Amino acid sequence: SFTRTVDESDLEDLEAILLTADIGLSTTTEIIGRLRERAKREGIESGSALKNLLKQEIKSILDDVQRVVRPPSTPPEVILMVGVNGTGKTTTSGKLAAFFQSQNRSTLLCAADTFRAAAIEQLEVWSQRSGVPVIKTRQGGDPSAALFDALDAAKKRETQVVLVDTAGRLHTKAGLMAELDKMRRIAQKFVAGAPHQVFLVIDATTGQNGLQQARLFTESAGVTGIVLTKLDGTAKGGIVVAIAHELKLPVVFCGIGEKMDDLLQFDSAAFVEGLFN
Amino acid sequence: MFENLQEKLQRAFKNLRGQGTVSEENISEALREIRLALLESDVNLNVTKDLIEHIREKALGQQVATALSPTEQVIKIIHGELVELLGRDTARFKFASQPPSVILMAGLQGSGKTTTTGKLAQWLKKGGHRPMLVSVDVYRPAAREQLAVVAKSIGTQLYTGNVGADEAGTPLVLRLAKEAKRDAANFGCDILLVDTAGRLGIDEELMGEMSELKKLLNPSEILFVADAMTGQDAVNSAKAFHDRLGITGVVLTKMDGDARGGAALSIRQVTGAPVKFIGTGEKPDAFEPFHPDRIVSRIMGM
Ligand SMILES: Nc1nc2c(ncn2[C@@H]2O[C@H](COP(=O)(O)OP(=O)(O)OP(=O)(O)O)[C@@H](O)[C@H]2O)c(=O)[nH]1
Ligand SMILES: Nc1nc2c(ncn2[C@@H]2O[C@H](COP(=O)(O)OP(=O)(O)OP(=O)(O)O)[C@@H](O)[C@H]2O)c(=O)[nH]1
Ligand SMILES: [K+]
Ligand SMILES: [Mg+2]
Ligand SMILES: [Mg+2]
Repeated sequence: SFTRTVDESDLEDLEAILLTADIGLSTTTEIIGRLRERAKREGIESGSALKNLLKQEIKSILDDVQRVVRPPSTPPEVILMVGVNGTGKTTTSGKLAAFFQSQNRSTLLCAADTFRAAAIEQLEVWSQRSGVPVIKTRQGGDPSAALFDALDAAKKRETQVVLVDTAGRLHTKAGLMAELDKMRRIAQKFVAGAPHQVFLVIDATTGQNGLQQARLFTESAGVTGIVLTKLDGTAKGGIVVAIAHELKLPVVFCGIGEKMDDLLQFDSAAFVEGLFN
Repeated sequence: MFENLQEKLQRAFKNLRGQGTVSEENISEALREIRLALLESDVNLNVTKDLIEHIREKALGQQVATALSPTEQVIKIIHGELVELLGRDTARFKFASQPPSVILMAGLQGSGKTTTTGKLAQWLKKGGHRPMLVSVDVYRPAAREQLAVVAKSIGTQLYTGNVGADEAGTPLVLRLAKEAKRDAANFGCDILLVDTAGRLGIDEELMGEMSELKKLLNPSEILFVADAMTGQDAVNSAKAFHDRLGITGVVLTKMDGDARGGAALSIRQVTGAPVKFIGTGEKPDAFEPFHPDRIVSRIMGM
């Protein structure tokens, strides 16, 4: 039944905002469809009321997948940082180290990117900045060996959090993805329940490929949450809405710059506002 | 797996069998499928709209009673439009009349500038050149060390310079760049590749630094290094870099993944600058000149 209450051109404008934010056609179509139904049902006429309703819809997609995470009763809590190349894993590891330290939780960094040129040195600078020690091996060494050493050290030192920076890898590379699976099994063998968190680091500029990244990293590495970086630019990072909608993965942190304190705990309301600015 | 565009178009045209012309009615479902394919490939929304209009105009009234099926005809039209937009030829590389030619690498954080600097040096070496590398990324932790490792692995000259106690900032960046150009000339290197820090197009201070580097070095190529996984924002960043610097070419990195790379179309549309190379891996030789029709097929999922 057709009612005159929903202005299709308003809906079209809103659809364009979502598509331009990288939410993707499939999730956008579903959100707009739901919005149209709700607007009809609730007799909403003005464009601004429609927009507010849309904000609510998106916010609830993001909020519904949030999980309460508690540190394990026996430390260390092991956090694996994973993602495709250049998204901000090493930088976020450094920022998170400072964050946990500021919460009075003793932290250890693990340089498990033994592949990329000067990746270890990069993490070492973050170790100096944050005052959080780093466990490493040599470049070209086995990342699992670095992980093993870090877990061993964490147990001996009674460290509460271990942050493991891994090499960037494309989700399509089976061999590299298997390496993550192996690291996960080693962590599990050495620390019960580890890795407790696996953060997939996604660059806010990422387009539709982000969905496939989230799918395949979840398969190999058991992703538990997303870190959305580079939100200080003009990119909106809307792909995380599609990821929450389709894969039920929550966003946990956001990166808003290159400095140590440019890290925020995810705030869905602020994020949704950002989509419309 | 995804149904490719060809199969979708076949479905859209299933009622049209070898007679008549492509009409408004049967084209509209086909255009919906094309729009979907372009958006799924990360082609910018406005660029997609323009393309769809062009394709509609060209496809309407096409005689169906030819050797080609409607699907084949429309595919041909889309293919033609996309290749047209990207530019038909693999672009050539420009050199300065007076060596050393300077190539300035620019782009957002993490797009692949440092890695590409090494790849390009390797490619130029194979072409008989003597490149020298310099990193003026005095900001990111271990950025200069990274380029040093890359230079060593491919056996290329590197200007390290003395950073000493200088503060990380534009004066230091300009000093290093100036010294490196002189050093390249002294060493008989005909090309200087300048790796810069990643920056946002809206970062006034660092974009200003980029302009100053351009003024100082008078580069023959300014390459915008962009990640193939980039989404809708590609138009904003590419435009910001182009407006400020006048980029001469684009390198599209991380094409070894499964991203469709529609950002290439968006970037070309807003800058007019050709994609010159693609990156296909992390190693120095994972690098190729760009071929428009390959990426067009990829965007169309064929
Ligand atoms: N503007 C901005 N830049 C960021 C942010 N997070 C990281 N970066 C920058 O992005 C670039 C890549 O960051 P890295 O931490 O090296 O990324 P990575 O995922 O470890 O990269 P690989 O190990 O090579 O895969 C660097 O220049 C960082 O300074 C952010 O939130 N905002
Ligand atoms: N798979 C793949 N990885 C690439 C390609 N090009 C670069 N990378 C990787 O992408 C990540 C970032 O590359 P960098 O060269 O450090 O990028 P950048 O633009 O110099 O980064 P910043 O200096 O921090 O802004 C690294 O892990 C590289 O190995 C490519 O073509 N394919
Ligand atoms: K990136
Ligand atoms: Mg890293
Ligand atoms: Mg770099």
